[in-house]
Amino acid sequence: MATPTLEVRNLRTHFFTRGGVVKAVDDVSFSIQRGKVLGLVGESGSGKTVTGFSILGLVDAPGRIVGGQILFQGRDLVTMSESEMRDLRGNRIAMIFQDPMMTLNPVLRVDTQMIETVLAHKKVSREEARQRARDTLGMVGIPSPDERLKSYPHQFSGGMRQRVAIAIALLHEPDLIVADEPTTALDVTIQGQILAEVQKLASTTGTALLWITHDLSVVAGLADDVAVMYAGRIVEHGAVSEVLDTPLHPYTYGLIGSVPSRNKRGEPLRQIPGMTPSLLNLPPGCAFRTRCPRAAEVCMAEPEIRELAPGRDVRCFRPMSEAAEQAA
Amino acid sequence: MSAAMATQTHGIDDGSPMVELRGISRRFEKKLDFAGRIAKRLGANIREEVVHAVDNVDLTIRKGEVVGLVGESGCGKSTLGRIVAGILPPSEGRILRDGIDLLNRNSADSREMKLRTQMIFQDPYASLNPRMKVADIVGEAPLVHGITTRGGYDAYVDEQMRRAGLDPAFKRRYPHQFSGGQRQRIGIARALAVKPDFIVCDEAVAALDVSIQAQILNLFIRLRSELDLTYLFISHDLGVVEHISDRVVIMYLGRVVEEAPSETVFANPNHPYTKSLLASVPRIESRKRAFAVVKGEIPSPLNPPPGCHFHPRCPHAMERCRVEKPELKVVAPGQRSACHLNDAA
Repeated sequence: MATPTLEVRNLRTHFFTRGGVVKAVDDVSFSIQRGKVLGLVGESGSGKTVTGFSILGLVDAPGRIVGGQILFQGRDLVTMSESEMRDLRGNRIAMIFQDPMMTLNPVLRVDTQMIETVLAHKKVSREEARQRARDTLGMVGIPSPDERLKSYPHQFSGGMRQRVAIAIALLHEPDLIVADEPTTALDVTIQGQILAEVQKLASTTGTALLWITHDLSVVAGLADDVAVMYAGRIVEHGAVSEVLDTPLHPYTYGLIGSVPSRNKRGEPLRQIPGMTPSLLNLPPGCAFRTRCPRAAEVCMAEPEIRELAPGRDVRCFRPMSEAAEQAA
Repeated sequence: MSAAMATQTHGIDDGSPMVELRGISRRFEKKLDFAGRIAKRLGANIREEVVHAVDNVDLTIRKGEVVGLVGESGCGKSTLGRIVAGILPPSEGRILRDGIDLLNRNSADSREMKLRTQMIFQDPYASLNPRMKVADIVGEAPLVHGITTRGGYDAYVDEQMRRAGLDPAFKRRYPHQFSGGQRQRIGIARALAVKPDFIVCDEAVAALDVSIQAQILNLFIRLRSELDLTYLFISHDLGVVEHISDRVVIMYLGRVVEEAPSETVFANPNHPYTKSLLASVPRIESRKRAFAVVKGEIPSPLNPPPGCHFHPRCPHAMERCRVEKPELKVVAPGQRSACHLNDAA
């Protein structure tokens, strides 16, 4: 296989707080090939956003990357100097946030912001930069881009604002886009439109996409691979169809069972008992142990992630077997 | 039609209407400021902005039924929920609760009826008073309304908390000491403490993580059978609504566009908006596929399109849709839809 666009190896991002060390990301590894989409799924506090921030070098004090490598086209982003990182960020690697107002400056017109972004990484004339900005707005499905360039962010609706944020991310045709819950705040029909655009982009431009979300259903339709995070660690990783059809980790299994559409109407959902433990106070051994129906003596030790089948990584001593699944 | 619906609900229903909305409308007006009033007097072409949040809605909720109210932002579903719960007065129309007019403010009956309707809100962080202990949040209303006494207060609060899945040992704590899911349980305990028989849930699980959402949905399902509750379940999440509802009502820009039993809506939707909504929903069963796209955006409710509100986005729009507002008409047993296409066929 060719060098993956992004390869994260044993990434550890810890936050040194007064209450203790929070291991927000602990030993996370995955890779994304050119033109592929990896869905990073987890609930609040699972460390999925911090993983995204670590890749872009956006982790602020008291947080710090304490170990591991983030290889972008073979170059390690962790050891890279800030000025080298600046060259890549917004140019070869772009990020889309949940709230587009995090990307957009409310007091500047959209054309100002987009032209500035183009000129930051490319030596072109202002007119060429404007041209590029207009083409990109058209590409993400914004009608009459010439006029909309002159608007301020508040003059756009939520969905359109997110399109502008996506357009800004696409200005330099990046090789990698990290998208953190970009459609969560949008209405379903608008979410459908954005997902369709993104899908088209990944397949036509060869951009690798890390799609961070809590919504398994979005990942099901969009991603090639999925990694499920729990309490700072990846607990299961594999191709979307395999992970969602035959989950091996009890957490993934519980999570899929919690999604209402999958279950029979009016009947109780298969729920996971308890709640996500505080990262400050993780139970020893497997972090999911206290909520796990399959927990046993062996789970008191810390499970390592292991390859159960080709391309299927699971961090569990007692993974779900086919038989157990049929019985359930 | 009523017979078909009655079979959808669990055994406890006797088919009699619990809540009836007749021609409910709600307008929000933005008054002109001082400069605006002067400019108008001087002949400027400005007028007060009026949002028709809810536009002439009829809705009947039968005893024991779970009705799902679905729509995207700005469709008026929350406003309608507040009107049903008696928090917000409608601009026009009547609300009958067990046949009694709720808007008749002088009637003692109407006050009692309002107590029997309770509401659970989306944001468990904002809907609980941060300065009150859980015991007081849950116990204050029943004490005021004479449902419990000073003597029986502690036992009563314990019972309410236990029923909502909370440990009564925590009743001296404040809301910020609980997680999101537990806070939602406090909201549920508070609503149930005054012994309502009808609950309006406004996006009650939208802010919760998937695994917690499943726990709360299960709690709703359990409480329904334990206490013979009737729900109006407002949500933008079709998966949640499909799971919990007997009947689904779909709103678009203030109007009901379709209303039918759950199975019918999801298997055989009639209105083009319902169809496109269902096509847009990501499903966990689906695998890498092209997402269906509805063109255009939701128009501003300040200035909705004439005729059928959906016509600018509708793939089947005809000339008639641009001028004439479609009425809700029965298209199948228990299924009503507001679309001119049904007349053409």
